[in-house]
Amino acid sequence: MPLFEAVRLALAQIRVQKLKSFFTLLGVTIGVMFLIAVVSIVQGMSNYVTNAVAGKFLGVNTATLRSFPNFQTGNVTEAMWRMWMRRPPITIADAYAVRDALPPGAGWAIDDMRWVNAESKYTNGGPQLLAHAATPQLFTIKNLKVTEGRIYNEEEEQLGLPVAVIGVETQQYYFPNVDPIGRDIKIGGLPFRVIGVLDKQGTVFGQPLDRVVYAPFHSAMQRFTGARVNLAGVLVQAPSPAAMDDIQETVTEVMRQRHKLHPSQENDFVVETSASALSAWDKIRGYLVAAGIFLPAIGLVVGGIVIMTIMLVAVAERTREIGIRKSLGARRRDVMAQFLAEATTLSIVGAAIGIGLGFGLSQILSSAFNLPSGVAPWSIVVALALGGGVGIVSGIYPASRASRLDPIVALRSE
Amino acid sequence: MTADVRDIPLSTTGELQAVVGNVGAVPGQDWVIVTRGITRDYDMGGEVVRALRGVDLAVRRNEYVAIMGPSGSGKSTLMNLVGCLDTPTSGENWLNGSLGSDMKDDALARVRNREIGFVFQTFNLLPRATALHNVELPLVYAGVGSAERKKRAVEALERVQLKDRMDHRPNELSGGQRQRVAIARALVKQPAILLADEPTGNLDSATSEEIMRVFEELAAAGQTVIMVTHESEIAAHARRVVVLRDGRISSDERREHFVKRLEK
Repeated sequence: MPLFEAVRLALAQIRVQKLKSFFTLLGVTIGVMFLIAVVSIVQGMSNYVTNAVAGKFLGVNTATLRSFPNFQTGNVTEAMWRMWMRRPPITIADAYAVRDALPPGAGWAIDDMRWVNAESKYTNGGPQLLAHAATPQLFTIKNLKVTEGRIYNEEEEQLGLPVAVIGVETQQYYFPNVDPIGRDIKIGGLPFRVIGVLDKQGTVFGQPLDRVVYAPFHSAMQRFTGARVNLAGVLVQAPSPAAMDDIQETVTEVMRQRHKLHPSQENDFVVETSASALSAWDKIRGYLVAAGIFLPAIGLVVGGIVIMTIMLVAVAERTREIGIRKSLGARRRDVMAQFLAEATTLSIVGAAIGIGLGFGLSQILSSAFNLPSGVAPWSIVVALALGGGVGIVSGIYPASRASRLDPIVALRSE
Repeated sequence: MTADVRDIPLSTTGELQAVVGNVGAVPGQDWVIVTRGITRDYDMGGEVVRALRGVDLAVRRNEYVAIMGPSGSGKSTLMNLVGCLDTPTSGENWLNGSLGSDMKDDALARVRNREIGFVFQTFNLLPRATALHNVELPLVYAGVGSAERKKRAVEALERVQLKDRMDHRPNELSGGQRQRVAIARALVKQPAILLADEPTGNLDSATSEEIMRVFEELAAAGQTVIMVTHESEIAAHARRVVVLRDGRISSDERREHFVKRLEK
């Protein structure tokens, strides 16, 4: 019997027994649904982490010198935390020593930060802002652009003028209904004149990147960020991805010398890169993918067992039909093909529904929990292949039972 | 002994013995069915039931034969063997030149598909398929393309005057109509023999007559028909009546003799 004929027969069978077919393919549907949902959420998070964390949080080709890591997988133990706290701070002198050791073409910036209270004449108050005392190179390294006004220049940096570049949320909270350019925002009682508003950055891991205020590092802002105690970050940018290792090496060497570390001693600082942050993510993704494959696998196994059971029932119910077909000249392989095609069609239909529902579910989850989701084309192919595979595997036994029925006995059955 | 089977004008018990007993295997030619000494034993839970105890039967092309006998006489077993649904425990059965007793499953299925059209007591139509699709089935297994299939199935339904009902399912048809659909299905591949098992068993007498008329027309048109029945009135429609008793042929005669004997 041609394949097309067998599939047509299978679809007719599904149409006739809608409810039974629905329950039959439920297991496969659920399995595939979760597979697709998990894969698209993981894929979405992966895209998000790569773009947002690597790009916005840390900057491209950028390494950050800090006294302890900002990105960490696993639990930070009390002991680790105490050890980090005992580390020598990153000082302003360290920052300049690093700058002087960098090769030509490399970027450099100090970016010290702390959450601070702010006030303005145009509002009764607002949320805390993440205040940055940063050299203007930071805007280049992080590719920050203004939508209004301008960023501060090197001269304003050197003079330590009280000027500020603010984020869009800062504008919304502290300058509602007024143009912030040329107006003052007060940090710690000191006024900073707003000269620019940055374009929208959104949020990363729930951190609002637009609730910020930037001022020159040499301005009074460094008093509020605590730059004299411990710099939150010294950023270096390699001219190319290939130069990343070299530049990390350079920074590490400078700092080890300055901290007078013996070769046997470990670093008492970190040079974080987007790669090191992403390696943390890769671990998380590994767990998620493992879970995302294990759970649907259970669904698929259950689905396969259900299909096998239902097919065995179908063979028993349709013994007479099998007898009729055999009396009309159906060979074993024809009967086998018919039932295999039926199991496989059922299963693939289940998988197809599961794909649809899975994307729906990932959309719902992503909007409900504010998680990103992304469509991975390979997951559709894998889901369909899995569906077909489950159908074939679970159909083989019932189909071979059907094909071996004695036509005389089968014809006599009720 | 070198008698040519084609020289024998009409098959009667005596002639058959000459053919089957003395002539070697008679495959093909005019002889559609030849069985030689076939037996069939069933193992019923340790007890062996001997359903057939050596049957010699030969049927020529264009014959219309009834196989009669009380229940348990082995007529259904004989029909299963003749119809290549089963193979004998011993002996040979030839169907249109093929040795059915030597065949395996798939070869038997091929022979059934090519050479035999079955008509059953319970019609055995697929309940969820239309009359047309039921008639198309044997062609599906023969690998005939769908356009050709439909054309031939419609022709077959036309022969049994059911073309206008071809889109109906079996439960929308009367018993007689269902049996006519089954006949159309049996004829659609122009089989060597039409094999009917109690074709009127589930029909009232008026409808039985109607089906018998269809069989007579087919026989008149040259179709070989073998009909298994336990009703002598039905058997009397055939031109030759073979009576089985206890797994053996007890009589094999022309209708006229059978009817005469019946009247006594």
